[in-house]
Formats: sequence, C-alpha cells, structure tokens
Amino acid sequence: MLNLLVIQALNGLQFGILLFLVAAGLTLVFGVMDFINLAHGVQYMVGAYIAVTFTQLTGFFVTGVLLALPVAFLFGLLLEFLIFRHLYQRDHLDQVLATFGVILILHEGVKILWGAAPISIAIPEAVAGSVPLLGPLRYPVYRLLIIAAGLAVALGLYLLVRHTRTGMLLRAGASNAPMVQALGVDIRRLFMLVFGLGAMLAGFAGAMVTPILSVEPNMGDGILILTFVVIVIGGIGSIRGAFIAALLVGLVDTVGRSFGPILLKIFLEPAAASQVGRTLTPMLIYILMAAILSFRPAGLFPARQGA
Amino acid sequence: MPQAPKSPPPAKAAEAPADAPPHSLRQVKAAGPACLFAVFAVLPLLISLGADPFYLVIATRIMIFGIAALSLDLILGYGAMVSFGHAAFIGIGAYAVGMAASHGVTDLLAQLVLAMLAAAAFAVLTGAISLRTRGVYFIMITLAFGQMAYFFTVSLAAYGGDDGLTLPQRSTLLGQPWLENDFFFYYLVLILLLSCFLLAHCTLQARFGRVLRGTRDNALRMQAIGFEPLPYQLTAYVLAAMIAALAGALLANQAEFVSPAYMTWQRSGELIMMVVVGGMGTLTGGILGAAVFSLLEEFLSGFSQHWKLGLGIILVLIVLHGKSGMHGMLADLARRFGRS
Repeated sequence: MLNLLVIQALNGLQFGILLFLVAAGLTLVFGVMDFINLAHGVQYMVGAYIAVTFTQLTGFFVTGVLLALPVAFLFGLLLEFLIFRHLYQRDHLDQVLATFGVILILHEGVKILWGAAPISIAIPEAVAGSVPLLGPLRYPVYRLLIIAAGLAVALGLYLLVRHTRTGMLLRAGASNAPMVQALGVDIRRLFMLVFGLGAMLAGFAGAMVTPILSVEPNMGDGILILTFVVIVIGGIGSIRGAFIAALLVGLVDTVGRSFGPILLKIFLEPAAASQVGRTLTPMLIYILMAAILSFRPAGLFPARQGA
Repeated sequence: MPQAPKSPPPAKAAEAPADAPPHSLRQVKAAGPACLFAVFAVLPLLISLGADPFYLVIATRIMIFGIAALSLDLILGYGAMVSFGHAAFIGIGAYAVGMAASHGVTDLLAQLVLAMLAAAAFAVLTGAISLRTRGVYFIMITLAFGQMAYFFTVSLAAYGGDDGLTLPQRSTLLGQPWLENDFFFYYLVLILLLSCFLLAHCTLQARFGRVLRGTRDNALRMQAIGFEPLPYQLTAYVLAAMIAALAGALLANQAEFVSPAYMTWQRSGELIMMVVVGGMGTLTGGILGAAVFSLLEEFLSGFSQHWKLGLGIILVLIVLHGKSGMHGMLADLARRFGRS
C-alpha cells in the first residue's frame, strides 16, 4: 500500500509538473495581457508533433526536443503576429471566439499534415530503464527525467521572473500593464516575448510527453481545461500560484484516481464503491476548485487585486 | 495600488438601436422575428411540395439549436456572462430523456419537467459559485463545470458511458406516439421555440430584464442605486439553463440518441459562436446563427472532411473584421431598404 502511494505520488508529481509547464505560459499571458488564449492547448499539441517529426528526421529524441523548442517559440510569435495582437484591446468574448477558431484551424491543419491516427515514439534507450527506489520499488527513469526537467524549468522561470530586468517588467506588467507602458517600456515587445515564451513552454511539455503518451490532434484539449483549473486555483498571473496549484491538481487527480475507490470500499460495498469511485474521481479536481474558490474567489495567489 | 473593478464591456451589437429607436426602426425590429417565424412555419409546405425531406430534419435541428442559442443569448447578450459550459445543460436535458426512457417513463411532459429541474439544480449550484467571480475567471470556471458534467456522464456505465444511449423510440405525448411523425415533431419544436422567444422577450422587457441589462452595462452603478446583481444574474443563469435543457430533451428525441458528445466544450464553443455570429443581445440572432452554423456544417462537410478548417478561418475573420454579426448586417440592410 505504501509502495503504491509512493508510486502514485511520483506519478502525480510528474503530471503536475507537466501541467505547470503549460500553465506557466498561460498564466503569464492572462496576467500580463489580460488575454484569454484557448489555443494554448493546441500549442502543446503542435509542440508534440514538431518534436516527433524532428526525432524521426534526426534519429535522436534529444535533438528532436531541442529543435522543437525554437520552432514552437517561432510558431507562437507567428500566431501572435497574425492574429492575437489584434485582440488585446478586444473584450474577452472576442478573444474566446478567435482563439476557438484557431483551435479548429490547427486541429484540422495537424490532421491534414500528420493524419488523424495517434503517433507514438519509443522512449530513448539511455533513459528507458527504471531505477530502484525504496526496497523492491522501481520507477521509470524517463518519468523522473520529466520531473527533473520540469523542476529545472520552474527554477529557471523563478530566476527569470525574480532576478532579471525582464522578469521585473513581467511582474510589473502583470500588476499594471498600462502603467508599465506609460513609463516608457515597449509593451508590444514584452507581449511578444511573453507569448513566445509561453508557446515554447507549452511546446516543451508537449515534446516531453511524446514517448509516454500517444500524440494525437485532440491531446491538447484535456490538458487545456486542466490548465484552466490550475490557473484559477493558483490565481491568474501568478507563476508561484500556478506551480503550487499544478502540483496540487496533479497529485489530487492521480492519487485520488487510485486511492479514491480504495477509501470508498471502507464505507461502501465493493460494487457500489467502484461505481461511485468511477463517477467521483474524475470530478475530484473540479470539486477542489469549487471549494477553493468559495473561500478565495480570485485564487490562492492573485497577481493583481480587484481584477 | 488597487485598481477599480473593471466594468464589463458593453455589448456592441445591442447598444446602438436599443435606446431610442425611431418609429420605422421599431417596426423593422418587430418585423424581423415575425419574418423568421413565418419562414419556419411555411417551410414544411415547401418540403411537402417535393423538396428533399432531409431538409425537414435539418430545419428541426436548426430550431432546436436555436432554442439553445437563444437561452445562451439571454445570459451572454443581456447579462454579459460568457458561459463556456452551456452545452452541459443541453446534455442534462438529453440525459434526462434517455434515463427516464430507460426506466419506462416515456411521456415527454414528465421528461421535460425532469430535465428542467435537473438543469435548474445544477445551474443553481454551479452558478452560485461561478457568479462570485468575474471576467476571465467566469469563463474558465463555467468551462470547468461543463467539463465536470461531461466526465460525469462518461462515467455512467449503466447508461452507456462513453458510447451513449440509444432511445428505443421518441417520447410519447399524452400516451400517443405523435412525435414519431417528423411534421408533428417539427411543429412542436417550432411552438416551443416561439414560446421560449416570447418568454425571453417578456422577461427582458420587464423590470427584471432592465436590471439585468443595467448590470451588464455597469454593475457598480446598479449596486449604487440599490440593486444587488447576484440574485438577478443567478435567476437569469438558471432560466437559461432550463431552456437549454429543453433544447437538449428535444435534441435527444430528434436523434433518438444520447451521448456525452452533446456536452463537450467544443459544443459550448459552437453555441457561443452561434450567438455572436448571429448577433448578441437580439434573441433572434442566436436562431440565425444556429441556421448559419448548421447549414455551413451540412455543406462544408459534404465538400471536405476537413470542413472545420474552413469554419475556423471564417470564425477568425469574423472576429477580426465583422463587428455586429449577421443580425447587424441584416439590420443595416433593413435600414437602407427602409430609407429608400
């Protein structure tokens, strides 16, 4: 039982880290530009497809991921240049609609280019094995690698946001963008940078999951909605909030799915417990979100007050 | 420094003619819905004169989605509540029919009562939480609740789970299988659409509607003159949910099939699309949007399996360049026509 708990906690951590990579970019875009980007999930999906293609072209997963990063960055800039920059001044409804349109376009675009069938690639051999943890417990190296990479990115983001000039502008932009502009900062360049960065992080997350999940056109949809839950819980615009909320959601979802039915069996008979468990566990994170919002309507760490 | 709370942006489509319409314009405005319903009323005659009966099915679907879009317009266009989980209520309505039928309750009236009560209960719960928040938060929370309802139905193994549930037959009305007749079903849907339109219209003309629109334009000022926005917004939210559940119950009967696919978040997005493309804050706009969307789906999907690519491009172009939706374009035409 303890072994299962450790394994599931690690799985939850890994899932939470992935959610964080996607949520970090999204929360910055929300926070700095007050822009709701539904197409962020498809940027994750596009990142995965690009990584697969480069992996197949070069023969190495590492080069596939490394090449996918700048391409995802450029792709984000392209979307910003073509569509999103015209929407910053519009109301949220227009943004929702236009980015929904972008989702439809990219979904079909990917289906045309790569086909609708799921693609999967093998875990690179160097990290394909598993390592011993406590006693008989083993855990796949690749999943540990995802956790490590995610933590490294989180640290990098922390340093960027807290200790560089760009980060200072980001924080200032998240709390009051017009004021930053009034102080003479080229806000458009800042916006582009944020957008590209967000797209790159989402693309990185997409690239990292290609060996463990199948790559398919709608892979971004589920993660987008979970990311929304993360951002709402964490507070819009706060990277720290996104980090904590992502881990929370990842852990609650993963551990809840495996331990919810076990816990329910204590109170209910097995057949009822398995049905209730199957019904309740997917809803767990939404219940968590509702509970947190009833106490803190603006999330745990809101970046700006009164918005 | 704490910023002043943002007031929701006034809905662009509605504001121009709403305040002081000149006499002719008011006539034009009343003529629009009348024409629309007249077209729907005579459409089956054309079909009985020899057109393809499949058009009757499409027209019925258009009216059902028209009911759903109208209900969304009630909160989106008149309350500035951008709900991205509206499809959940359609699904609740559909599942109420499916579940009731599988337990032997086949009467449409009983099913409708059940559907609306279930939707109202879900709307009260989720609305009370969602409406504590504003702006982007509201969009994301309604989306998350919609998704929650979706996963709930997926997990219902007893009712087909992911695969959904086929109805043995359409619901009965007063013990009679009248709904099996496509013409009867068409006119039933038309009557319900008209009733929903009139109900929404009267509600919005009444004091309730004025408070709702006032809150949309400036919640702070409404509070200052003594109106607490939440009860009004929640009531509108619940009302819209119940009408959407009605549409869901009809949709289940039309397709004789119920599945979680009715309540995916893409469906919610399509509903928003119908309302905005048709014209927000007009009630009939949603019906127009539903017609445009269904016809586009019908014709583009015959043209290519990648028809959603075209739909996406059209949508982006409309947002970037069109301003007031189909309804605005029609109103422009009518105004020009009226002047000459």
